[in-house]
Amino acid sequence: MDHQTSKYVPSNPVVRWVEDRLPLINFVKPTLIDYPTPRNLNYWWTFGAILTFMLATQIVTGILLAMHYTPNAAMAFDSVEFIKRDVNGGRLIQAIHETGASFFFLAVYMHISRGLYYGSYKAPREILWILGVIIYLLMMATAFMGYVLPWGQMSFWAAAVITNIFGAIPVIGDPILQLLRGGFSVDNPTLNRFFALHYLLPFIIAAVVALHIWALHVPGNNNPIGVEVKDKTRDTVAFHPYYTMKDLYATVLFCIPFAWFAFFAPDMFGHADNYIQANPLVTPSQIVPEWYFLPFYAILRAIDFNFILDSKLLGVIAFGGSILILFFLPWLDTSKVRSGTYRPAFKWFYWVFIANFLLLMWYGAQEPATPVIGPFTVADTSKLSVVYYFAYFLVILPLLGRYEKPRPLPSSISESVLKAPKAANTTTPAMPAAH
Amino acid sequence: MIRISTILAAALVALGLAAPAFAQDVVIPRESWTFAGPFGTYDKNQLQRGFQVFKEVCSNCHTARLLAFRNLDEDGGPEFSEAQVKALAATYTIDDPDADGGKRPGTTADRWPGPPQTPADLKAAFGLVPPDMSVLAKARNVEQGFPAWFFNYFTTYAEGGPDYIHALLNGYEDKVPAGATDAEGKPFALPDGKYYNSVFPGHAISMPPPLTDGQVKYAPGPDGSTVPLTVEQYSKDVAAYLMWMAEPHLDSTKAAGFEVIGFLILLSVLMYFVKQRVWRNEH
Repeated sequence: MDHQTSKYVPSNPVVRWVEDRLPLINFVKPTLIDYPTPRNLNYWWTFGAILTFMLATQIVTGILLAMHYTPNAAMAFDSVEFIKRDVNGGRLIQAIHETGASFFFLAVYMHISRGLYYGSYKAPREILWILGVIIYLLMMATAFMGYVLPWGQMSFWAAAVITNIFGAIPVIGDPILQLLRGGFSVDNPTLNRFFALHYLLPFIIAAVVALHIWALHVPGNNNPIGVEVKDKTRDTVAFHPYYTMKDLYATVLFCIPFAWFAFFAPDMFGHADNYIQANPLVTPSQIVPEWYFLPFYAILRAIDFNFILDSKLLGVIAFGGSILILFFLPWLDTSKVRSGTYRPAFKWFYWVFIANFLLLMWYGAQEPATPVIGPFTVADTSKLSVVYYFAYFLVILPLLGRYEKPRPLPSSISESVLKAPKAANTTTPAMPAAH
Repeated sequence: MIRISTILAAALVALGLAAPAFAQDVVIPRESWTFAGPFGTYDKNQLQRGFQVFKEVCSNCHTARLLAFRNLDEDGGPEFSEAQVKALAATYTIDDPDADGGKRPGTTADRWPGPPQTPADLKAAFGLVPPDMSVLAKARNVEQGFPAWFFNYFTTYAEGGPDYIHALLNGYEDKVPAGATDAEGKPFALPDGKYYNSVFPGHAISMPPPLTDGQVKYAPGPDGSTVPLTVEQYSKDVAAYLMWMAEPHLDSTKAAGFEVIGFLILLSVLMYFVKQRVWRNEH
């Protein structure tokens, strides 16, 4: 794959003996050490490493928690409290895992936003992008099932509401619903299967991450100007030490706010009702999912009208479609220019899309009857946001490629780096405040 | 290039649209708690007083199944002496099928035994089983409107529970206030066996006013200091105590946080210089 890589012969005889039989170092060397990486990557490209770190953090803390957790409807709530109270360092392990879920999603949203802005999904990186969407879907499933495990009121009712969504699918909806719940209602079998799957899925995520990295290493990284590498010596640097050190630096920076919440306010992103043990007979006054699901929850609820199909089914189609549409993005965006930096009109639509996504997040946390502007409530105005969300993918991106006049592209990565004044060089930390 | 200012602008636009929609009918004041913020720690004397209120008043009806006697002498809590806790535990009788006669005196390893009445008795008396108090302070919160929740990220406000409990205990009214209305705007009608509380959602609470001035006789503190024997003081002390019972490792967690964040800041500075050094020739 990479002609710059030469075979590494260890000087230590024991290592050489092993390497002759199992060439681990020569397997890792071209992918993690010599891997030629565009020299102009900015800090938005560090979230891949940060996400790998977060996945590892969640797996390690999760395994420790599983050693003390009891997946039983009568005992789960108290066993989580037991971890917090009586397990050595238990409050910290639990807090890191709980806060870690939020920061994992924060990082994945940064990572996806970067891909959307710089056109990282375009040829030849379609499969890389699709694998990323699969990871995101698996993350959502894992996070949702993990949220159910403490068996508090929000856990229980989130499980009831979210599994119910699948019940709206015609014909196969009911069997799927019963399969998910392990019965007619959310109960002990639901908790047991969610625990088993919550333990399994992170390892599947890790496997898809390996494929994601493999698919990345075939075409190599996209970069902020979106012009492919033309001359390896001038346009790229070796992954190690250049990007290992930069990624490590960014990961440490990312850990500072992560630790701030994990140690000082671990329940900041949670809901007080989850400190009440699950009770099937008492419905909480408001059922809200975790913040990272709110935009999609808002899309689900915005569809409260019948249009040919029943509103419930229509809502589920919009809900599922809002995520599944990402799979088709590489073919929906018709522009030949990758980087948003060189697309004057795209930029505006992109930032409106981001603001609209945040707005949907807020809508998801409100009661549908909450007034927004004048006589209009969340139920009314959120429909506009849903329209923009889909229009961005289905109308704006396909048409923009035809009518937009992109700015001239630099001829190569090295040219764009050398032309920039030294202070504005993309490799200097232009935005450490981002973390 | 994606600029931070653009992101902030986008976020502010989104939040700005969100702002007018927030409204709250009862304003629950934020009290000043010794355990608030990253630097806050529990006040041992306050927790001891709060425990006294809990033991003499609350625990007559409420359970606290996650509390063990041994917790009362652990670091970062009320920190009674081991001998005090042993003596306290021994005053309780614990059901134990292995003991002679099925009962034995309590030990420090036992959980808090709960009120003498059965849940059924309590339900008959109050119309519901009083909630378990182990994590009650974390299970209650004060709704936060827009600017507040954003600032909470920086102040680490996590005292909504104690604030609510303190306000609730001071929110009783002898009579339904004139002009009070229910959720539908009709004149408020208090159901039988309920009490009017201005803070409780729906205002009709099943718990009779539990505290009166002078009800709990605090002993003077170790330095001879005294606090007023008022409902205001009792409610603050017991809310602080309930927070400790729900979050018993708060002090040590925060202490660890300072070490971790201090280390991370130092490491990030070092990593910055390492990175700059590595990239020096490629700039």
